[in-house]
Amino acid sequence: MAFVSSGYNPEKPMENRITDIGPRKYDEFYPPVIAKNKGKWLYHEYLQPGVLVHVAESGDEVYTVRCGGARLMSTGLIREICEIADKHCGGHVRWTTRNNVEFMVDDKSKVQPLLDDLAGRKFAGGSFKFPVGGTGAGVSNIVHTQGWIHCHTPATDASGPVKAVMDEVFADFQNHRMPAHVRVSLACCLNMCGAVHCSDIAILGYHRKPPMLDHEYLDKMCEIPLAIASCPTAAIKPAKVEIGGQKLNSVAVNNDRCMYCGNCYTMCPSMPLADTEGDGIVIMAGGKVSNRITAPKFSKVVVAFIPNEAPRWPTTAKTIKNMIEVYAADARKYERFGEWAERIGWERFFDKCKLDFSHHLIDDFRDPAYYTWRQTTQFKF
Amino acid sequence: MAKHETPMLDQLESGPWPSFVSDLKAQAEKRAKNEEGINFQIPVDVVDDLLGVLELSYKHGRTHWKHGGIVGVFGYGGGVIGRYCDQPQQFPGVAHFHTMRVAQPGGKFYTTDYLRQICDIWDMRGSGITNMHGSTGDIIFLGTTTPQLEEVFFELTHNMNQDLGGSGSNLRTPADCIGQARCEYACYDTQDLCYDLTQEYQDELHRPAFPYKFKFKFDGCPNCCVASIARSDLSFIGTWKDDIKIDQEAVQAYIGGELPPNAGAHSGRDWGKFDIQKEVIDRCPTECMWMDGKTLKIDNRECTRCMHCINVMPRALRIGDERGLSILAGAKAPILDGAQMGTLIVPFIEAEAPYTKIKEEVIEPIWDWWMEEGKNRERLGELMKRQGLQRVIEVLGVDPDPRMVQEPRHNPYIFWKEEEVEGGFDRDINEFRKYHQR
Ligand code: HEM
Ligand code: HEM
Ligand code: HEM
Ligand code: HEM
Ligand code: SF4
Ligand code: SF4
Ligand code: SF4
Ligand code: SF4
Repeated sequence: MAFVSSGYNPEKPMENRITDIGPRKYDEFYPPVIAKNKGKWLYHEYLQPGVLVHVAESGDEVYTVRCGGARLMSTGLIREICEIADKHCGGHVRWTTRNNVEFMVDDKSKVQPLLDDLAGRKFAGGSFKFPVGGTGAGVSNIVHTQGWIHCHTPATDASGPVKAVMDEVFADFQNHRMPAHVRVSLACCLNMCGAVHCSDIAILGYHRKPPMLDHEYLDKMCEIPLAIASCPTAAIKPAKVEIGGQKLNSVAVNNDRCMYCGNCYTMCPSMPLADTEGDGIVIMAGGKVSNRITAPKFSKVVVAFIPNEAPRWPTTAKTIKNMIEVYAADARKYERFGEWAERIGWERFFDKCKLDFSHHLIDDFRDPAYYTWRQTTQFKF
Repeated sequence: MAKHETPMLDQLESGPWPSFVSDLKAQAEKRAKNEEGINFQIPVDVVDDLLGVLELSYKHGRTHWKHGGIVGVFGYGGGVIGRYCDQPQQFPGVAHFHTMRVAQPGGKFYTTDYLRQICDIWDMRGSGITNMHGSTGDIIFLGTTTPQLEEVFFELTHNMNQDLGGSGSNLRTPADCIGQARCEYACYDTQDLCYDLTQEYQDELHRPAFPYKFKFKFDGCPNCCVASIARSDLSFIGTWKDDIKIDQEAVQAYIGGELPPNAGAHSGRDWGKFDIQKEVIDRCPTECMWMDGKTLKIDNRECTRCMHCINVMPRALRIGDERGLSILAGAKAPILDGAQMGTLIVPFIEAEAPYTKIKEEVIEPIWDWWMEEGKNRERLGELMKRQGLQRVIEVLGVDPDPRMVQEPRHNPYIFWKEEEVEGGFDRDINEFRKYHQR
């Protein structure tokens, strides 16, 4: 492993430095049929789950085959994607905003050979490399985060639970039988990097124990006022502690006010809170971002806690599968998960999904909490 | 032979969904064999150790990454997320495991030439593991050592004309929906506006100068395929001002069953014959549609452009011709004082290059205000809550508009500006007492 320079000279770091050039320009990468017909598309159709056609004013067509991707992927796999794109698509490929991969061809005759090629590709362990689906009224890819692969603040993993849940709902990745599309997302802590607060179903990593205090190091590692200001419930105050006869500046956490959000740890490395038994998953439901029929909605907390069950998180996967089945059976056509729950009433939602309603689900955060209680006599028994 | 036993991760190799474990294992093996004879600049067994540390996390139910890590490249204040393993003796391959954010092209279209060049750099100078893509949009290079950061950056900029993305308290990497490139609903060129603003504000992106992070996202229509309304501090959502275009023949083709509703999105189940009354007219949120004999009518003045009817009958109904976009501000995740979605601040603005009005009349005034008034780590949405929507209206220099609220206030705690009230606030109690005895 001998060091190989790129040409960068550490003696003169600012020499020859190129900055502020931004990303490459989008149109360098368009397939010819896209470049030619941009802005002139007439209509589209889903030919089968995972396969779309777009027709342009010119009569040109582009066929798109959408495949699931694990998001976390190796260059080996990207090179395989390149090989497929070279073979079938003139060297073009794209990714979606839900991290699926799309291969595009400009003629119907090229679709089946592409589908056959993709269907034959599997990993050594047996899973599909490029399962086709993710379109229409089904369950598409799960938008997710770093988890134990790379982040320091997670309360659960990301890649593992996503794989477990996608295995459980896989049939619906390849089907159009839902009343409307179902968006599932995951964040491994409540920073919610991604789409957890606005998804039909959301998986959220959650702690249940206040932070530990590394008093000996705290003042050296952290800017104490920042840690104090980081707390949504003002549970932290400055404190002086004595350790080994030494007076130290530190903080005190009022455990009664702490709801384990972990934001103080984000700000201060001396306040870790991860815990094997304490940490787990909260399930939320009913969010959406589109403006179709109803306005965008936040997802609501419907399951207060499921333990982390590595490696396959069976309770989480089953709970989600069950919610999707009940929704599929009960909701009307075009009705998103949240629209359905609001129409039947949340009391009926808990009833139908056989989910426990515990005190944890009642909002108690500041003034707006009041507006989530029920100020009417209208309710169902 | 794998370096570490991974009995728990092995269980994630079964099942139909693409297994990241199988992919990582294949990559570990590929590096060990090194058939291409790559001169690896970070430990060969980096992927083995990543699997090892992940297995340990599965056993403990806790992360094994140390807090934070401040690394980067000269000239920039962000773009790299430093990360160090908290068990470096056991997993030396990931003792350093920094992430580099690489600015992605609009719509995430690629050529294989480009992707292979990216892979060549990353195979040699990094782990060969990526995220395609981060939720903000970047290509994520997952795992390298500190000495390689400048080398990767040099190769990206010199050999690929390619920059890093954003991180820290600055403008993060903007992202867009596929827009006009392959969608008939797109009301403006999302890729062009995204690219233009990304280039215009490179300095704000690479050198943190803000109270906190700030994100742009661009949706071509209110379907919001890049979720700008929930995931960006300034959300640009395409819309139109004139009438929805109706092709009555195609309407009949839907009614007659020749065309599948919603382009076939519900083909997996028998929902019965398409019923335009039930599926479109009765679902319109403003009840502004009706059938006049065999003709579909829309009272466009009452339409809120929710997209439902167009989504159900894409071949019969099309967006209008007088196009532009709405701007919503303040979306954020829950920390600190609760999640927010974007609030409408500009109902309609033209979206034609060079986008001068958008830059000079919206983005820059908002930044000037927030950079001056925003508290440390206060998102735009939180400043809006603290100082009020009225302040945004002042900053933009526009008139208050009922479109900016869902409903008027129901508490009467109303502030007046002194100059709005006759006689002002300066009053003399003695004058009052002349008429009102104590
Ligand atoms: C050895 C010491 C530390 C290193 C190397 C370090 C580095 C980092 C890095 C690189 C990030 C990710 C930044 C991003 O997402 O853009 C991060 C997150 C963070 N760290 Fe640390 N940190 C250290 C100590 C601290 C201290 C002392 C504080 C507070 C006083 C702190 C507060 C934060 C905050 C606020 C974030 C979240 C950033 C965001 O919201 O984007 N860290 N840290
Ligand atoms: C000469 C001294 C310093 C320099 C040059 C410096 C530079 C930087 C830079 C470039 C970032 C952005 C990193 C990123 O991309 O996320 C950053 C973030 C940060 N720095 Fe410093 N820093 C200095 C001193 C300090 C000190 C003394 C503290 C606290 C005790 C501190 C706390 C932080 C925190 C909390 C962040 C994360 C802010 C956020 O993302 O919201 N820095 N610093
Ligand atoms: C300290 C460690 C953190 C790490 C390692 C981390 C990691 C990431 C990564 C990798 C992304 C995707 C970035 C991209 O595509 O360029 C992301 C996005 C995001 N982060 Fe973080 N993050 C951290 C802290 C935070 C904090 C403190 C917050 C909020 C308080 C936060 C909120 C978000 C949100 C909302 C997004 C997604 C935005 C979108 O949908 O585009 N993150 N984060
Ligand atoms: C000297 C001061 C006040 C006088 C003389 C006064 C007098 C009255 C009277 C005579 C009624 C009707 C009672 C009935 O018919 O049962 C009433 C009702 C009411 N007052 Fe006052 N009031 C005064 C101050 C206030 C203040 C300060 C508030 C609130 C801050 C208030 C809020 C109300 C409300 C909410 C009602 C009942 C309305 C309802 O029936 O829903 N009043 N008041
Ligand atoms: S959601 Fe939380 S734990 Fe997960 S990557 Fe984001 S900051 Fe890290
Ligand atoms: S975990 Fe959250 S609530 Fe608890 S002390 Fe820290 S910042 Fe406050
Ligand atoms: S947001 Fe609208 S314009 Fe953009 S891809 Fe989605 S449907 Fe098309
Ligand atoms: S776009 Fe929405 S509001 Fe407008 S006519 Fe169609 S269904 Fe009604």
